[in-house]
Amino acid sequence: MRPVPVCPVPARVGSGERPMKPIYDLAVVGAGPAGVAGALTASLAGLSVVLVDAGARPGGQYFRHPPAGFHAENPGALHHGLDGFMRQWETLRGRADVLLHHRVWAVERAGGAMTVRCLEGDREERPRTVTARRLLIATGAHDRPVPFPGWDLPGVLTAGGAQALLKGDLVVAGRRVVVAGTGPFLLPVAAGLADAGAEVLGVHEANGRFGLAGHPLLAAGKAGEALGYGARLARHRVPYHGRQAVIAAHGDPGGTALTHVTVARLNSGWRPIATRTVECDTLAYGYGFVPQLDLPVQLGCATRHDVDGSPVVAVDAGLRTSVPGVYAAGESTGVGGAVLAEVEGRIAGRAAAADLGRRVPLDPALSRRRDRLAAFARALQSAYPVRPGWMRWLRDDTLICRCEEVPLSAVREAQELGAVDARSVKLLARPGMGWCQGRICGYAVACLAGEDPTAPRRPIAQPIRLGDLAASTRPPSD
Amino acid sequence: MPDVVVIGAGIVGAACAYYAARAGLDVVVVDRGAVAGGTTGAGEGNVLVSDKEPGPELDLALLSNRLWRDLASSGPGDGFEFESKGGLVVAETGEVLGALTSLAAKQRLEHTVVASGELGDYEPHLTEDLAGGVFYPQDAQVQPMLAAARLIRQGAERFGHSALMLRTGVTVTGFVRDGDRVTGVTTDQGDILAGAVVNAAGTWGGEIAALAGVHVPVLPRRGFILVTEPLERPLIRHKVYTAAYVTDVASDSEGLETSAVVEGTPAGPVLIGASRERVGFDRTVSIPVLERLAAQAVALFPALAERRVIRAYCGFRPYCPDHLPVIGEDPRAPGLYHACGHEGAGIGLAPATGHLIAQALIDDHLDLDLRPFRPDRFTKEDSR
Ligand SMILES: Cc1cc2nc3c(=O)[nH]c(=O)nc-3n(C[C@H](O)[C@H](O)[C@H](O)COP(=O)(O)OP(=O)(O)OC[C@H]3O[C@@H](n4cnc5c(N)ncnc54)[C@H](O)[C@@H]3O)c2cc1C
Ligand SMILES: Cc1cc2nc3c(=O)[nH]c(=O)nc-3n(C[C@H](O)[C@H](O)[C@H](O)COP(=O)(O)OP(=O)(O)OC[C@H]3O[C@@H](n4cnc5c(N)ncnc54)[C@H](O)[C@@H]3O)c2cc1C
Repeated sequence: MRPVPVCPVPARVGSGERPMKPIYDLAVVGAGPAGVAGALTASLAGLSVVLVDAGARPGGQYFRHPPAGFHAENPGALHHGLDGFMRQWETLRGRADVLLHHRVWAVERAGGAMTVRCLEGDREERPRTVTARRLLIATGAHDRPVPFPGWDLPGVLTAGGAQALLKGDLVVAGRRVVVAGTGPFLLPVAAGLADAGAEVLGVHEANGRFGLAGHPLLAAGKAGEALGYGARLARHRVPYHGRQAVIAAHGDPGGTALTHVTVARLNSGWRPIATRTVECDTLAYGYGFVPQLDLPVQLGCATRHDVDGSPVVAVDAGLRTSVPGVYAAGESTGVGGAVLAEVEGRIAGRAAAADLGRRVPLDPALSRRRDRLAAFARALQSAYPVRPGWMRWLRDDTLICRCEEVPLSAVREAQELGAVDARSVKLLARPGMGWCQGRICGYAVACLAGEDPTAPRRPIAQPIRLGDLAASTRPPSD
Repeated sequence: MPDVVVIGAGIVGAACAYYAARAGLDVVVVDRGAVAGGTTGAGEGNVLVSDKEPGPELDLALLSNRLWRDLASSGPGDGFEFESKGGLVVAETGEVLGALTSLAAKQRLEHTVVASGELGDYEPHLTEDLAGGVFYPQDAQVQPMLAAARLIRQGAERFGHSALMLRTGVTVTGFVRDGDRVTGVTTDQGDILAGAVVNAAGTWGGEIAALAGVHVPVLPRRGFILVTEPLERPLIRHKVYTAAYVTDVASDSEGLETSAVVEGTPAGPVLIGASRERVGFDRTVSIPVLERLAAQAVALFPALAERRVIRAYCGFRPYCPDHLPVIGEDPRAPGLYHACGHEGAGIGLAPATGHLIAQALIDDHLDLDLRPFRPDRFTKEDSR
């Protein structure tokens, strides 16, 4: 197996090497494909730019931990993607200030300037503030798990967790893995796990009635990509099942390890029709992604519901949000993949530069490209919805919120007491009140409450020590 | 046809419904949202006597304190995390301590004056830079959302499901009148006729009053709360606050006021309040307010500096210009009873409010004189 290439950790900027500016033209939050493209475009157009990301390396969801299948033999397109990203990154580092390892816990807008409040570092974190005239939010999305009995067992991983697995945090070779959920990313995850030496027992796509042959990637003329994954799965003899799902995971008596899963054949609404048992030690599953909206909501940016019901930031053709001076690009405006994220970042960077009086020639081709990619993203979302039948997989004692250990029965009790929406379920039964602040369970609770998820209000986007909060307005000491 | 329609399923509406049903009336509670979805779900659950000046509000608080204990020990039981933990009010300087102890003497409440060196016996993690304090054993705490929900539920179970009904998702749009008399409400789901209507719409109580053509000035006073990560071991035993809180509560200032109010919860997190600002219904997060709350809490409990805040939220206290709630029948619209405007004390004052409203509804002898809380006590200038 070839080693997985990862983005190098760059030298820190701002602590000595290059003095920070008192005010930048543009601050960008998120160093994924959208944020990096936006920052670079803006800086090439003459803006002074600072880019902030929580991670230790750039790349976001896609390039930081190379996605599953990255190092496979025929991933030409993906390699190409990383090369392109790395070139952008290298150019950007020479032109802009980059603050990695900085978690943004709040953004504010006052008197035409944006204040980005960060916490630098992990354990020995310290507060740090960045100021800019314009702000581009490119904070991406996070996993959208749906709960099922046993989802809290060790060995049950989300798509993001499976990526970490592939990165080498855990030994992959020899594991017996089941891949389940819905959405196009199940294919790269499964192919990557198989390439890395895991025994992938099957891919269970809860939608996809016509199996791989009906995969929308084929319909959209992305045959190369789909067939590439398909060929790799075929080479490893990984069966692909449409209209099937893992509806329960089971562990040893101590609950310390996954031993087997219940796989069900589903009807069109995802109600189980027939079940069987598959022995395995790992389950990788995912039901799509939830755009990360904490910062735009703090600023009061208008949101809208995407095709799949997820709240996303509402933007105009220049990726401007409803709040003057604030732009959003990438998955925070709707889940659509790395290429769309990059295109949006470029459009937003151009718009920010133009709005600040820089001369930016029109590029209608870029906008057309965005429209095309966004239309494809909508088609994918429509092809892979989450159907309500998953709620029938739950048992009374299935945990809905893992942080606060809230079982389904407690959610139902809250509803009987008069909680008619997700917020009041949370107030009465506590799901979403814990460490993750509903990032994991929010979608499920909204479904159980019978409503579309609403944009979360998180005035504090990242946990912050009280001592740092008390001191966060003090000027940085470096 | 129910005897009473209660508008609002917050803590006050829940208590009105509970006591009215207990008095033998048939009650329908309507709310445009969920149970406890208004200010009751956006505050804290302190049941305080300690912060009240002698006078009608303290009398109401004392009655309510007794009723909370009855509810917790008999009826709805402990499904709402009632804790009789006591409150510790601390003073930074000798001068403030003097004011605090003389207030305590005037209040005629059970209390213990605590010397600076003894504060640690009450709160081991409290800063040593304090002049002293006063401990009030009667101060208590509830989980307000559960309390509202369970009061309605237990009322229905004890007094009959037809005697107490909750209808969520029903918005009151006006009143049905017979001459001056209020004989029901119009809603987006049709009219509900009733012998009497109780306005328990909290911060929106003024809007409801206006629908009946009467002036009751209830205005929003914003407050932020910080919530920490759950602590493994309780760091804070009682409800602890600085004496400045008492003056802030009674203040007429429009500007921002903050004073540290710190308490642990059975679920583990520490709640840190309380800010008071008059900014209308603006939800925009104010980082400086959060910073001040954090700084004040850390000044009281230095060990909190290392604990993480994971959440912050805000709510809008329903306040009246004279800082007293509005309780009782409105002579300008007979049949309409108000039970709103409890500002930062609605959780604490809810049972007494509900109890007195029920007594008024059945024309019983009143345990307290309601005149200080009269709905028609305001002049036109009182509304801003
Ligand atoms: C398993 C898996 C497989 C995938 N496969 C494909 C594929 O085959 N093809 C494809 O096109 N796409 C794929 N994707 C999707 C792709 O990863 C995303 O479309 C892309 O990463 C979106 O880019 P972005 O810039 O919007 O956000 P992201 O890449 O998510 O970047 C957001 C960045 O913002 C940072 N951030 C967020 N909040 C804060 C904060 N408060 N403070 C500081 N920093 C913050 C994060 O650390 C992150 O680096 C896959 C994703 C996954 C998880
Ligand atoms: C930060 C903060 C901290 C606080 N801390 C404390 C504390 O520690 N102790 C304490 O005692 N108090 C505290 N309070 C105050 C307390 O929360 C309020 O006084 C109390 O919740 C008011 O309850 P209520 O039932 O009157 O109003 P609400 O809970 O607001 O209920 C009113 C209900 O009326 C409904 N409604 C409004 N209009 C209509 C309509 N047209 N049709 C149908 N329904 C309608 C609303 O949906 C709402 O549910 C605090 C408040 C805040 C903001």
